[in-house]
Amino acid sequence: MSIFSLAITVLVGVLFFVLFFHLSNFLLDYFRVKASKNFAFENSIRVIIFIAPAFIVLFVFIIYPVFETIRLSFYDKVGENFVGLFNYTWAINDPDFRRSIINNLGWLIVVPTLSTFFGLVIANLADRIWWGSIAKSIIFMPMAISFVGAGVIWKFMYDYRGPGDQQIGLLNAIAVALGFEPQAWLTIPLWNNLFLMAIMIWIQTGLALVIFSAALRSIPNETLDAARIDGASELKIFWSIIIPYLEQTILVIWTIITILVLKVFDIIYAMTNGQWQTEVLANLMYDWMFRGGGDSGRGSVLAFCILIGVIPILAWNLYRHKQEQKV
Amino acid sequence: MKKLTFTSVFSQLLLLLFVIAWIVPTFGLFISSLRDKDVLAISGWWTSFTTTEVNEIYRTKGKEDQIKEGDYYFIKSNLFDENQGKEIYRFGITSKNIDEYEVGETALFKDETEITVFENGDYFWKSKEEFKKKKGKRIFVSAKSPPSFTLDNYKEVLLKEGLGQAFLNTFAVALPATLIPLIICSYFAYALTWMKFYGRDLLLATIIASLVVPLQMCLIPVLTIYNDFGALFGVSAKSYPGIWMAHTGFGLASTTFLLWNFLKTLPSEMIEAARVDGATHYDTFIKIVVPLSIPSFASIFILQFLWVWNDLLVGLVFLDKHPSEIILTAKLKELLGSRGENWEILTTGAFVSMTVPLFIFFSLQRYFIRGLVAGSVKG
Repeated sequence: MSIFSLAITVLVGVLFFVLFFHLSNFLLDYFRVKASKNFAFENSIRVIIFIAPAFIVLFVFIIYPVFETIRLSFYDKVGENFVGLFNYTWAINDPDFRRSIINNLGWLIVVPTLSTFFGLVIANLADRIWWGSIAKSIIFMPMAISFVGAGVIWKFMYDYRGPGDQQIGLLNAIAVALGFEPQAWLTIPLWNNLFLMAIMIWIQTGLALVIFSAALRSIPNETLDAARIDGASELKIFWSIIIPYLEQTILVIWTIITILVLKVFDIIYAMTNGQWQTEVLANLMYDWMFRGGGDSGRGSVLAFCILIGVIPILAWNLYRHKQEQKV
Repeated sequence: MKKLTFTSVFSQLLLLLFVIAWIVPTFGLFISSLRDKDVLAISGWWTSFTTTEVNEIYRTKGKEDQIKEGDYYFIKSNLFDENQGKEIYRFGITSKNIDEYEVGETALFKDETEITVFENGDYFWKSKEEFKKKKGKRIFVSAKSPPSFTLDNYKEVLLKEGLGQAFLNTFAVALPATLIPLIICSYFAYALTWMKFYGRDLLLATIIASLVVPLQMCLIPVLTIYNDFGALFGVSAKSYPGIWMAHTGFGLASTTFLLWNFLKTLPSEMIEAARVDGATHYDTFIKIVVPLSIPSFASIFILQFLWVWNDLLVGLVFLDKHPSEIILTAKLKELLGSRGENWEILTTGAFVSMTVPLFIFFSLQRYFIRGLVAGSVKG
């Protein structure tokens, strides 16, 4: 499509929603002046105008699909015949599924831990150094890049050439310079998962960093100064004051990254597509959505497994929300 | 100025280490995208800043370019197709001895023709008899290649590989997929904050639950709806409006939640005063709430825009891979498969896909960070 027709499409799409709200409210006002003083009726119409579009979208794209996916997980590949727990027993016996569960657990342990840890350390370092804000910008930058873009960046880092050739991937160049054999990093089972995780850590450390940076500023200076006057070392201050103070923030960052990691798809899909034992749930799910014309039963089981992973976080969020509402 | 203590030096070094580790991958990609593709394939990007020595093979011109001067026939030309700034320091005429001669020296072929090669690649090849072969002879040169960068790769990927079109397509996806949720969620968040209606708390709880629902839970049913809808009306199931609404749906919870978080911090007296004065909720929303919310709109716009721009999964499921619809990330993934060894295309393509996010990042970083922080640390 040409740039012109694309622009028109975009404009029409956006204007449609702007006009919906303007016109419907305008009509409501118009009839209010003409007709009655029935405020309650007018108000409920207006509530409907305000929430209906968002609610319909929420229902069609989130609420209904969640229940439909759970239902489909008990049905066959085209979603027509009830098959009971068949898809679940298939999953348990499927080597790819088992591999995915193990890998996802690995991701869940390594990525949130290291991202949070690096973020915390860097936020602390950067706050005390005059060029810290530049450093923060640089480390935060991968947050703006797509997972696929990051995939290309790191695939280039991990590039492999035979032992005789000049290496063009930095990691192998370093390995060779140190006297080791060059390696095709992404094809070494188990280790390759770590090389993929490194990409996610590289991206998510920035998130942890900026949130910690904001939280660090809320620690009262008097507390820190008092500790310093008492002769506490910086390391001691870090462990005994800063960490306890940031407990809530650490938990929040941990959950955000955990949710992201459960859904990790792009990196695996772009770099290995699950080969060499790097399969994860989200990639396997995408695979089954289309493999052999698509199997909605198996795809749904896999999606449901991801949902199960986030349920504790979901419950905790709702609990926190309820506590806040009470205050 | 603070004292230079061991701790401060150590912290600076540690931070520097982190910065280097974080910037080097992106920097390497950027430098590579500016290098000549032949050089890129055989040498690391870190060598591109220094003069390198290369051994290359060229071929002279054939009989068609000969001229006759006096008793001799000459072929005079330059070995390089274009001026690459290379300096030849030795050359040879057989593969056994590729650096037999100094530049400026004259080499003698078996057929008794003579060739002289100069530093800049100029040569003249002299013969007593007419040159008869169409093909020229191979010349081996050892040259010093100065650092050189080029924008050729960018021309190539934008025009020939179709990334230019994908770039436009991504805009056509991302702009509405950011503006539409912003519009409908701002009304929604307003209603959740300032309007009283039955089921409001339940709706709010639903939003908070939806925040963490994985996208994967929604793909199959939504795709089925689209397919049925497409079949019913005889239109394609994969379309721009389709993906806008999908992104709107998947971004709705977070957009609403962020806006709701912001709106509830506005002073309630102000809203109530307006209401008492007879303003409708619509007037209050347009004339009071929207102007006050511009900064938070900016933050949310950036978050959602970057998320849509960088998304791959939704684009793969809800758009065609046809050139008129394919988005940058999907195109890049396709190139990773089909042009896996053409690093000049991959590095340049990746950098093209990063230009818009990086521009937003560097110009609007403050709003970006504010949005992220607001989404995580509440209150």
